[in-house]
Amino acid sequence: MNQTAFVELLNLACGALLVSAVLILWRRQLAAIIRWFTLQGLALTAIAAILAADARDARLGAVAAGVCVLRVVALPLLLRRALAQAKANGHPLRETSPLVNVTASLLAAAVLTLLAYAVSRPLVQLSPGSPAAHAIPVGLAVALIGFFALVTRRRAVSQLASFLLMDNGITAVGFLTTASTSLIMELGISLDVLFAAAVLQVLTSRLRDTFGDTDLDELRELHD
Amino acid sequence: MKTHVLLLAPVVVPLLGAVCFLLATLRPRLCWPLTAWVSPACAAVSLGAAIELAVTRSGHGPVTALGGLVRADSLSEFMLIVIGAVGLLATAASPAWLNAEIAARRASARAAAKHSALVQLFLAAMAAAVLAASLGLVWVAIEGTTIVTAFLVGQRKTRQAVEAAWKYVMICSTGIGLALLGLVVLNAAAAHAGVPAGLDWTRLVAAAPHLDQGVTRIAAALLLIGFGTKAGLAPLHAWLPDAHGQAPAPVSALMSGVLLSVAFYAILRVKVIADLALGPSYTRTLLVILALASLLLAASLLIRQRDYKRMLAYSSIEHMGLLALGAAAGGPLAVAAVLLHMLGHGLAKGSLFISAGRVLQLTGTHRIDQVRALASRAPLLAGCLGLGVLALLGFPPFSLFASELGIVRAGFAQGLGWVTTTALALVLMIAAMLLTHVARMLLGPAPAATEGELTAGAAPPRTGPERAGTATGIQNGGVATLAPPAIRTAETAKPGTELPASGLLPVIVALAACAVLGVYAGPLTTLLHAAAQAALTP
Repeated sequence: MNQTAFVELLNLACGALLVSAVLILWRRQLAAIIRWFTLQGLALTAIAAILAADARDARLGAVAAGVCVLRVVALPLLLRRALAQAKANGHPLRETSPLVNVTASLLAAAVLTLLAYAVSRPLVQLSPGSPAAHAIPVGLAVALIGFFALVTRRRAVSQLASFLLMDNGITAVGFLTTASTSLIMELGISLDVLFAAAVLQVLTSRLRDTFGDTDLDELRELHD
Repeated sequence: MKTHVLLLAPVVVPLLGAVCFLLATLRPRLCWPLTAWVSPACAAVSLGAAIELAVTRSGHGPVTALGGLVRADSLSEFMLIVIGAVGLLATAASPAWLNAEIAARRASARAAAKHSALVQLFLAAMAAAVLAASLGLVWVAIEGTTIVTAFLVGQRKTRQAVEAAWKYVMICSTGIGLALLGLVVLNAAAAHAGVPAGLDWTRLVAAAPHLDQGVTRIAAALLLIGFGTKAGLAPLHAWLPDAHGQAPAPVSALMSGVLLSVAFYAILRVKVIADLALGPSYTRTLLVILALASLLLAASLLIRQRDYKRMLAYSSIEHMGLLALGAAAGGPLAVAAVLLHMLGHGLAKGSLFISAGRVLQLTGTHRIDQVRALASRAPLLAGCLGLGVLALLGFPPFSLFASELGIVRAGFAQGLGWVTTTALALVLMIAAMLLTHVARMLLGPAPAATEGELTAGAAPPRTGPERAGTATGIQNGGVATLAPPAIRTAETAKPGTELPASGLLPVIVALAACAVLGVYAGPLTTLLHAAAQAALTP
């Protein structure tokens, strides 16, 4: 692949990754959050595919296909199922009152992005010539934004989406460091994420059965 | 060939057991009584294989199998013994516990078979974690334990149990997500230093002195905090009291007794690489902070603790803090003490959780202030509980005395004087609180409802079932179960006298083993020192 085209495509995909993370943080409608999450999965697939094409690495190409199946098809499907169950029970389909309001969370996203750039400097300097390494802070920023969303959201479904957002960020960092991992490890990690999400989806419906609404602020049975 | 069979047995045998239980769920009523003792049998085979492996391979170097995916050195062999011993304790107590639950109609035969299948998968995942040759697979196996135990924690489907399960999966997965980020970063550093893909432990250690320092620093911090989450260390410990409090007794025993130690095993492995790359002071500082924060937290939340299972859970956080302190001190003696402490704590805490599960079946309440005069109502159970707490507090002859002494001495010897003094003060505070709480449960004024007192003429203000009824009334506002009313009355009105004593036999054996270990570790000493050496200079 032409070097400039490679760099531009990679930057575009990383930009899409970050923008979709910010949009997930911004939107309150659960349906919109899931839509942006799916698009983010596409951006992540694109990053893997671009890197695979640049390195002419068939193994990485296979990993990109796996990422597509997991993060564009399977995980959004799980989220949509959780949402459909909430809809069937007549529960509100938006994040009603998150702990931090929209303006403050967007501001926090900006601060977290700056933090990601500051923290990941040693990682970028590890291979200063590689355009992918320069995009590592973007992946880290997505992971941090996911973590922030996870602690401030109060709906079970949007917490689940935030958890997966964080995981997307970690996966992006993994691709952008361009250090290859063994296929069996890749497979194990993907399966773990899928199973964890499935378990959380089942628990979401159990929470709904026992607590009625799934506002996690209601979880006050256990405390000291 | 024999070595490979022994090596894989702790993973394969529980998997076969799980298949057996999954088949049993098809015809649960018929199959459950037949399969109930399969899980202790599997655990006994696993423990036997682990011991045989340690004996035959004593004095040999690491062995690999399955094309380099599996690797065992003395440290892995020791961890297999810990998993096997506590696994045998918990599974041997399971049939009695589950049958009592079925008799009280809180569980069906199908639920019992499902429970046993998940427990077997849990044991297999932990064995896989200590046998994995690459840090990546260690991560996969440890996250796997979260997935298989999620439904064990939420087994009862009450509000509290579901809440505990949600928090457990959410917090552990997030924490372990941090560890994954750490692995990704470490992988980048390793690739830069020329290590081939896969985070293979031996190659990482060989390349560790050449790893980029700045990157390794980020990776080590993320890995310690991430695996520390699963080990119940302070900043992300919040899942632990909830999950240990709500899980069924044998599962609490396994989670507290071995799962935390297996996660700590990952920390020990990471520490070796980080120390080779950065020198020992970096991980030492981090571990000291984690240790003191955990001890402080455990002490402050034990003061007014009302729930005895949560009390035991906070004590686990305390002991993980002690392990972190020992690991921070470093050196062969400290690490040997840490490993012995894992085994001793596993046996003592496992026994206590199983005894606590029987207290719950007997009294129907989680609350300390509603359990009184256990010593006169159920002397054997009270004896187990009392001895277990003494073992946990590190009274001689139990092995925790020797290991705590070892950790403290290493702390002073390695220049962590102030830290060790602070830790010691906190440990003493915690011991005083535990003793007070447990003494209240065991002694205290006898409850009015026992038949013995009725005949003795001490006219009680209320009769048994009524008192039980008010007790559940209080529970609803507190921390106890919220079963449907019909079940709840059955739970509390049913006197626990028909609980078979066989359920306590494993507890007695485990406590005896813990005491014997404290006096004479025998051939285990060789393994302990070899394992400590493997955890320091691989």
